[in-house]
Amino acid sequence: MAQQIPMVDYLVLDGDPHLVAHECANCGALFFDRRNACAHCSGIKFVPRDLKTTGVVRSFSIIYQAAPGVPVPYVSSLVDIDGGGAIKANILNIDPDPATVALGMKVKMTTFVSGTDDEGTEAVAFAFEPAN
Amino acid sequence: MAENIWVLGAAMTKITRYPDQDVIDLAATASIEALADAGVTMADMQVMGMGNMFQAMAGLGQSVQQQIGQTGIPVYNVVNACATGATAVRTVHLSILAGEADMGIAVGCEQMGKMGLLGPGGQSKAEKHVYAPTGRYGSVMGAEGILGTTLMPGVFAQAGQEYAYENGGVGFEQFAKVAEKNHAHSVLNPLAQYQKKFSLEEIMNARMVAYPNTLPMCCPTGDGAAAVVLVSESKLKTLSLEQQRRAVKISASVLTSDPWVERGQVQPDVNTLTRNAAKVAYEKAGIGPKDLDLVELHDCFATAELLHYDNLGLCEPGGAGAFIDSGAPWRDSPGVTVNASGGLLSKGHPIGMTGVAGVFEITTQLRGEAGDRQIEGATVGMAHVIGLGSSCGIHILEKSAA
Repeated sequence: MAQQIPMVDYLVLDGDPHLVAHECANCGALFFDRRNACAHCSGIKFVPRDLKTTGVVRSFSIIYQAAPGVPVPYVSSLVDIDGGGAIKANILNIDPDPATVALGMKVKMTTFVSGTDDEGTEAVAFAFEPAN
Repeated sequence: MAENIWVLGAAMTKITRYPDQDVIDLAATASIEALADAGVTMADMQVMGMGNMFQAMAGLGQSVQQQIGQTGIPVYNVVNACATGATAVRTVHLSILAGEADMGIAVGCEQMGKMGLLGPGGQSKAEKHVYAPTGRYGSVMGAEGILGTTLMPGVFAQAGQEYAYENGGVGFEQFAKVAEKNHAHSVLNPLAQYQKKFSLEEIMNARMVAYPNTLPMCCPTGDGAAAVVLVSESKLKTLSLEQQRRAVKISASVLTSDPWVERGQVQPDVNTLTRNAAKVAYEKAGIGPKDLDLVELHDCFATAELLHYDNLGLCEPGGAGAFIDSGAPWRDSPGVTVNASGGLLSKGHPIGMTGVAGVFEITTQLRGEAGDRQIEGATVGMAHVIGLGSSCGIHILEKSAA
């Protein structure tokens, strides 16, 4: 099996793949990027927090005109993660049709290979798919 | 109490594509026309605010002065995404408010040509391609289209869909009705980039860009410039009666940025900063949304306009769908008219120009000089813009006696 690397550092691949956020130790705000301080309360202490892998589609768009090289149509979505946190990701394994994709639908996280570099290392990204 | 500040002159070029002119030509044209409209010259200006997005490093304020009058006044070259023009107006407003100037010019200009989809940018290609985490997200590759979209059509589609999720009575058809209205309004505006009416069916059946936004529900890229001359009330009173008669009072000039919200990191929040700006603007002007005769709001996409009906208090809370369904924001309907100019969807949206063009439009309407698109009897209007990142600019203008 090829060596794999998470496409972003807030995706954990070991064991059950999941997202990890920086949680502000003071106010509980969650962030995915490298932090200088908390945007909500200006606190400077953070603890890692593992997020759940299920959620609800809060918003979506079906993209028909995309950046060069991106296959269309695809579904971009905003997912409210069960137990806290929100993330933007594609919805896979669904017909990209407004009659099929629904606001409020339950989804679960999945992973897929998003690219391979010149040394054969695979980048692994995350997405969501219908929960049942 | 600080003294009032007035719009003394305003001008804008038609928005279109100008392959034979550069952005300095466009900004100089708008500036010269705004000064002439105000009945003053560059020699009267004590400050310049210059708004431009894509050539923001070029010192355009100085370049324009080199064409129309180099007087040595302070120039503020500003950039704030789609609120860049409003920021230029706000900068001149602040200078006059601070007592450092009694007259100044704010210019917004942009030359985009056929730029295509706008967004934070693509991925770079290394010679030998070996994954290594970089940046604040430790990314090994560009995320566009892999981890959702950050291009504008999708971002604003998702903003609209989020409203639909939280509120009833909103769907594809309601969003499409926004575009139907604005394209219909544009037919009366000779300064608009496109002046073509579409039926609701044509809009809904047009090529889909990012559901629920079809092509006529997305603003075009284009070129143009607008300029406004601002004056303090005490200075205005020394000018001719004709200048005083045509001057329009700025009842509120407000700029906000986006406060932290839970989902803001992954889906830009275009609502809270607009609500905050509107609240302050209404308080400063001493009016409420019911007092507005017309609003030029930031309809970069049809989905965006619907949100701002609610954010600006034009409709009942949660009632943006019913508001457009009722036909209320159309020009021939009683009450407030939204985007009488045709809005960004058809008038066009040269990024740095837009905030100034909105103030031009309200000024022209309140003066009763808007020609075929005139909203009869308009006395109070609002110009609203929002730039992702994010910034919101709101100006409330009133027809009043100096």
